[in-house]
Amino acid sequence: MQFFVDNLDLFWDAFLTTLSLSLLAGLLALVLGTLLAALRVSPITPLRALSTFYVETFRNTPLTVVFFFVIFGLPQIDFVIDFFPGSVLAVGLYTAAFVCEAVRSGINAVPAGQAEASRAIGLTFSQSLREVVLPQAFRTVVPPLGNVLIAMVKNTSIAAGFSVSELSSLLPRLVNANAGELMLVLLGVVVCYMVITLPAAFVLSRVERRVAILR
Amino acid sequence: MYAAGPRVAEVTSLAKGEPLVRLTGVNKWFGELHVLQDIDLSIDRGEVVVVIGPSGSGKSTLCRAINRLEAIEQGEITIDGQRLPEEGKELARLRADVGMVFQSFNLFAHKTILENVTLGPVKVRRKPKAEAEQRARELLDRVGVGAQADKYPAQLSGGQQQRVAIARALAMDPKVMLFDEPTSALDPEMINEVLDVMTGLARDGMTMVVVTHEMGFARRAANRVVFMDAGRVVEAADPETFFTRPQSDRAKDFLSKILNH
Repeated sequence: MQFFVDNLDLFWDAFLTTLSLSLLAGLLALVLGTLLAALRVSPITPLRALSTFYVETFRNTPLTVVFFFVIFGLPQIDFVIDFFPGSVLAVGLYTAAFVCEAVRSGINAVPAGQAEASRAIGLTFSQSLREVVLPQAFRTVVPPLGNVLIAMVKNTSIAAGFSVSELSSLLPRLVNANAGELMLVLLGVVVCYMVITLPAAFVLSRVERRVAILR
Repeated sequence: MYAAGPRVAEVTSLAKGEPLVRLTGVNKWFGELHVLQDIDLSIDRGEVVVVIGPSGSGKSTLCRAINRLEAIEQGEITIDGQRLPEEGKELARLRADVGMVFQSFNLFAHKTILENVTLGPVKVRRKPKAEAEQRARELLDRVGVGAQADKYPAQLSGGQQQRVAIARALAMDPKVMLFDEPTSALDPEMINEVLDVMTGLARDGMTMVVVTHEMGFARRAANRVVFMDAGRVVEAADPETFFTRPQSDRAKDFLSKILNH
């Protein structure tokens, strides 16, 4: 116990870093992913192609490579970005591809008649998506989206390799300093991750029940 | 105009002014299948046209082509003199003037009955919400489901849902209403409540295109019956003539099958 008391500050700071990294990247991923999903079902072919290209690129590239691209590649084109915002960008861009696929599966699960009926009363494509299709799509998409977001929280650990002092970066630091406490270090880090992911999963399952829709 | 034998002149002579809906040389294919073949059809203001025919004859596709839920490959469709535009804002504006009632109701599942009816007026016509709601309640009362306004579609019976769908279309003050087999998904005891609403609309002078198997409705409410088979308009006549003296063998055969059981 003394070990945790001694290192409380370190754990707390690292926890806050992982939490803010997750929240910011999650927000970016949800907004961008939804936008990509909307493009993916749009009637305009170039927009569909753009979205497909994005999804296939980011979904099939290891996250570490995305980090390298953002943090060391972008400066090559004079876009220098700090480690923390760079990590938010890398995780957000990467996760957006998965959010897009989850939302798209939700859109496909909305019966075609719903979009037809909304077009038939004169809604434009984007209005019909916004007013009718997406609100229904999100309801079926909550569980898969939960998986994507939980995976994302754990993926923020890659930022440890890019000078961000988040939870996983504690492992080498604390183990080096307290060689005898390896199991406690691991336990501390894992519990901190769970403090983020378990409440998130709980909230999502509540949301799922709240928005459940009769058919 | 349409291939209707000797009665063409008689029927078209009913036309007054520019037709509201005009289809000229319309062709459509689903892959190899030629679903609409050289369709010429004009629908006048206030006219009720009932389209009948066997399954797969293209009658639903015809109905859906009129507001471009199905795009056509050849020919021209005009509504109130305006050619159907390509997909986009222009088309959305035109669709707002064309009411559509689907076989499977297609009420917005996540919205209440009232919201279903006000969505179009508020988002498309930019009506103030209060005004849209007042009008929606009037329409819901008119189709006899006023008491259900705050429920969700899944809580209503099929017949009630379809009447809401009619109210939703009417809320846009459409120039013409399209009905794509509006009673085919209903339990038998609910068919009449929907047909009664439709008959009322026809009596009030609404221009209607109705794809249906309800021959009673066709006799009662139609000004003209259009018989389709294999993607073509085979025959078109007033209901009395069509049901008592059909011209084509195909129509005679069809009527003998559905009327004598």
